[in-house]
Amino acid sequence: MAGDSAVSVNGVSKKFRVYHERNQTLKSAVMRRKRSVYEDFWALRDVALEIPQGSTFALVGDNGSGKSTLLKCIAKILVPDGGTISTRGRMAAMLEVGSGFHPELSGRDNVYLNGSILGMHRAEIDRKFDQIVAFSGVEEFIDQPVKNYSSGMYVRLGFSVAIHTEPEILVVDEILAVGDSGFQDKCAEKFADFRREGRTVVVVSHSMPQLRGMADQAAWLEHGRLRDVGEARLVLEKYSDSTRGGVRVDAEGRVRWGSGEALVERVELLDASGRPMDGTVKTGDKVVMRLHFNAKERLDHPHFGFAMESVDGTYLWGNNTKDLGFRIDHLDGRGAVDLVVSRLPLQPGGYIIHGSIVDTSTLHVYDYVRDSARLSVTRGTPFESGGYLIMDGRWSWPQGGAAGEEDAL
Amino acid sequence: MSILSDIKDSRELVRNLTMREVKGKYKRTVLGQLWSLANPLAAMLVYSFVFRFVIRVQPDAGDPSGLDVFALWLMCGLLPWSFFTNVVNGGMIALVGNENLIKKVYFPRSALVISSALAWLYSWSIEMVVLVAAILLFGGHPLIWIVPTILLMVLLAMFSTGVSMMLSVANVYFRDTQHLVSILFQVWFYANPIVYPASMVARESEKLGPIIGDITVLDLYRLNPFYYFIEAFRNLLYDNRMPDATTIGVVLILSLLVLALGWRVFGRNQARLAEAL
Repeated sequence: MAGDSAVSVNGVSKKFRVYHERNQTLKSAVMRRKRSVYEDFWALRDVALEIPQGSTFALVGDNGSGKSTLLKCIAKILVPDGGTISTRGRMAAMLEVGSGFHPELSGRDNVYLNGSILGMHRAEIDRKFDQIVAFSGVEEFIDQPVKNYSSGMYVRLGFSVAIHTEPEILVVDEILAVGDSGFQDKCAEKFADFRREGRTVVVVSHSMPQLRGMADQAAWLEHGRLRDVGEARLVLEKYSDSTRGGVRVDAEGRVRWGSGEALVERVELLDASGRPMDGTVKTGDKVVMRLHFNAKERLDHPHFGFAMESVDGTYLWGNNTKDLGFRIDHLDGRGAVDLVVSRLPLQPGGYIIHGSIVDTSTLHVYDYVRDSARLSVTRGTPFESGGYLIMDGRWSWPQGGAAGEEDAL
Repeated sequence: MSILSDIKDSRELVRNLTMREVKGKYKRTVLGQLWSLANPLAAMLVYSFVFRFVIRVQPDAGDPSGLDVFALWLMCGLLPWSFFTNVVNGGMIALVGNENLIKKVYFPRSALVISSALAWLYSWSIEMVVLVAAILLFGGHPLIWIVPTILLMVLLAMFSTGVSMMLSVANVYFRDTQHLVSILFQVWFYANPIVYPASMVARESEKLGPIIGDITVLDLYRLNPFYYFIEAFRNLLYDNRMPDATTIGVVLILSLLVLALGWRVFGRNQARLAEAL
């Protein structure tokens, strides 16, 4: 192990069995005379990296890249099939907070129980008990059975216990977004303390902004192999770039990316009578977004998508055929597809529409064109006061009449 | 052995998990821990009625205690048996039932099985205290045999935990195990001299003579390892005497052997439980 590594991962491989027919009953095992029919799937292949002491280390990658598997291997929940992982110092894993809470026991008993599951001793919990409870903010309910807790309280107490184990290495999976914003601030502060105290944090998250804010080292995994490792800023940037492979500016000055098997030729906006419009439309009008595509080869079960931003860059809306259950058998050659919005719920203003074609999984992008159409909305009906949206809100008195006006009507 | 050091490190955890079991089991019941006595009590009434009153099973009086109470004689065998089956069933439930915990947190998995066994040991101990008090009341002298009884209880706990460790791992791979085991326990129950004395088997075996070569039914009957535990408990509590050397030897060796075996099986498999569940 290198001198200043908190975690040292040496050529780690991990395979899972993907069962086609699994024998979980004795009958099937006996009938087929073999354990099960399965294929090996390598979730990790020869991954080697050093996690320096005191760093906040991010693991990134697409779904199925093996980052969570690696995290579980580091946390000793899974055992690698090849290679070794050595860790230095006490480790706590927060893969799910509050696991092991017994619903019938009080919050107090559960703090002790959960603390000991995470490796704390009684004296240590005694000492930190007040801090743990104060941090979670469930003081009043600490002697109540946890089954009476709201889900927020449950998670906060679990998180609080986990974070107070004060490990030298903390392993965290996608759970930084717990509780309300006040609690999140407390958590962020706690993580900052961790870094200041020179503790090591290993974190998996899909939130790039969050990782950019906290990680100083990062590793990027792809299909179980280590693609890149090093300074977080660089690795995260490379990873973000890859998720929109080959960003380029086309001849018309539009930003687009994707592998190009099918292209979004243009996005056309039509009015209620089906005539192309110049992009000006009134609130409450019907709008049809028509995406003209050109598939250069046969593509089975692809998906189309639209997204909208305001001119100031706020992401307002997304809609794709997969989520809306619109089935597309295959594409081949040119064609068009329509998305109909029967009453446009937007405030007067300028809006930018992006169009895309993606594969069945929606993870692979064939073509994504930013700013493929613009919508300029003018005042229509209903009319509301401000912002982006028209929610068609109506004022009234509560039932029973809080004020005399109601009776007069 | 790695489990041993694990256990040393996780004494605290085992204690808290045991508390969770003990406290959680009878939460929100009016009678609380008293319920743990209700089961054996009901069994005692039913078996006493059927086997003593209807079928007229007549065990020998305690020698040298002179006790002649069927219910007490019955409970000396029934309580250890119930403890054993509870530990084994509890161990299987402990692993499958804590799937979520096993998949999300690292801790020595053996702690789950051991704490389940300890929780049952706790309620069994209460039952045994009541039994000893009852024997005293009926004129037995169990008090001088308390220390060997406690040692014997520890041995049975070791034996039960060993079996539980093996079967709980098997149950993770084949969920049939728990159903199979519950049938096995039903059959095994009647293969034990719990509701009838072994002397009845000896008498019938005598009448029948050797069945294969010079092996008698009694020889086969005595292959049952649990037979020796029941004999030992009856000797100590009901007869108020030391069990014979064979019984002591078998019980001692069996307990150590089974625990070591269970330990080994569990140790080999515990790292992979998160995947298998």
